[in-house]
Amino acid sequence: MDAILTPPESEALLLSLRISFVAVFAALPLAFGAALLLARTRFPGKVLIDGLIHVPLVLPPVAIGFLLLTALGTRGVLGGWLLHTFGIRFVFSWTGAALASAIITFPFQVRAIRLSLEAIDPGLQQAAQTLGAVWWDRLLNVTLPLALPGITAGVVTAFAASLGEFGAIITFVSNIEGETRTLPLAIYTALQAPGGDAEAMRLSLLSIALALIFMTLAEFAQRRARA
Amino acid sequence: MSVEVNIRHAFLGFTLDVAFALPKSGVTALFGASGAGKTTIVSAIAGTFRPQRGRVVIGGRTVLDTAAGIFVPPEQRRAGMVFQDARLFPHMSVRDNLLFGWRRAVAPVDAGAIDRVVTLLGLERLLERRPRMLSGGEKSRVALGRALLSSPEILLLDEPLAALDAQRRAEILPYLERLRDEAGLPMLYVSHALDEVARLADDIVVIKEGRSVHSGSVFDLLTDLELPVLAGAPPVGAVVVATVDKPRDDGLTALAFDGGTLFVSQLSAPTGARLRVRVRAEEIMLALEEPRGISANNILACRVVALAEVGPQADIQLTCGATRLVARITHASARRLELAPGKAVFAVVKSVTVDAPSRACDWP
Repeated sequence: MDAILTPPESEALLLSLRISFVAVFAALPLAFGAALLLARTRFPGKVLIDGLIHVPLVLPPVAIGFLLLTALGTRGVLGGWLLHTFGIRFVFSWTGAALASAIITFPFQVRAIRLSLEAIDPGLQQAAQTLGAVWWDRLLNVTLPLALPGITAGVVTAFAASLGEFGAIITFVSNIEGETRTLPLAIYTALQAPGGDAEAMRLSLLSIALALIFMTLAEFAQRRARA
Repeated sequence: MSVEVNIRHAFLGFTLDVAFALPKSGVTALFGASGAGKTTIVSAIAGTFRPQRGRVVIGGRTVLDTAAGIFVPPEQRRAGMVFQDARLFPHMSVRDNLLFGWRRAVAPVDAGAIDRVVTLLGLERLLERRPRMLSGGEKSRVALGRALLSSPEILLLDEPLAALDAQRRAEILPYLERLRDEAGLPMLYVSHALDEVARLADDIVVIKEGRSVHSGSVFDLLTDLELPVLAGAPPVGAVVVATVDKPRDDGLTALAFDGGTLFVSQLSAPTGARLRVRVRAEEIMLALEEPRGISANNILACRVVALAEVGPQADIQLTCGATRLVARITHASARRLELAPGKAVFAVVKSVTVDAPSRACDWP
């Protein structure tokens, strides 16, 4: 890889993949739970919860980064508590970047999973129930396998969106080489330096390649799930 | 009585209030028009619907008693349910669908019984298929097998044939008959088709606007001229349970019933087998004197019990020994013969329908 990319470039690529991976899979169980809640239950204030989950979709990422910095900065209420109690620090750390990505891509996951949950015939739950399956058994053996196409679609979409995240990351965890400098931040950094256009172009082409790979994977996974 | 049902639930502008019991084995039809509340009753027995008040006992176990605060969830009720739309799991093969309930059964039947169910329902060649590759009739059979293998104490069949065309229906009915004769389970069969009821059920509970208005033996009910649900319906006539008599050499089989003997074209059924014979009302002619020199094989001495007018026709209820029959003739004929309750007549039976033979029960 070093033949094509310089060490800092491949570092940015790997960092991007790691941050997106952690962001998407750490949020997945929560996204599934939220989708299940929205698809299957009715409760007062559901519209509000639904709206709250979708807020990151319409909010400027910079605003989200700023809010995170306010809440989770070492001088913020939550951030100070986390640092002093558990020694956890999100700011200026790649875990903070993953957290920001997770929040921003959360609606993509919930939406895709919810759609596939709503497409499942509710009668199947009753059928499984009369055949002796208790709730976790039904969840594991009926709901989960039938929602798999939606879960796959949600994961891939969220992953692809996470790879492109810029505003929230640079605002919340800054642009630190080897720690928070993901591909988009590396492109931005290259553009700031005189004569960095060539590098920016190469990183952009790399982003296109990545996007194509994930789109193909998504299509492939969808087809497998349908077969 | 192995199953007792007592349910009361008030919906908007509609109150469900039914009470009935099911015998230890055999088919009880839950009969009534669409919207009469049949599916709600079945759901309450299965536990997927929770009525405001009621008591349901399955096999001696109280699974619902609102007065005592008992509600056993559906997954512990051991009520096998066959839904109208089959509801097979689309992501599983037919085999895994069949074994879904078996794997979760409290007292699973032995592996040999799985093969027997597969054979009983003719599923041998479907086992590896996915549900979407099955025809409607095949789906119904798989749903039936799946419910059966969950070791239920009662089988609830919610119009399992309603979604099928006439041809598919005719394909499934023999399987249901075998099930009735071999499974040894109480079965509650929801239907609004009288011909299915006549063919399958032993007992019938008639539901009208949320109430159980009549219950009793199918044999009595189908020949009841007063019953409002049956008036105006195409006359089904009588269902007679008969026993195959010793073989004869004239190409006929004699079927003995309580009240006489019916002769039909030779059957392959063994001597002593019990059969269900359906005698349609239009297939009976009446005569005041015993007809002679006539091609009909079946002439039964009967007595008129009651008459009812049905448009230009008259339905005549007859007894032949302990068996009841119904004849549908014209008004003019009834007047000419001066038919009245108590009058002795001869019933000339033109044709009968014989259903599949009942076999000895060998179900676990």
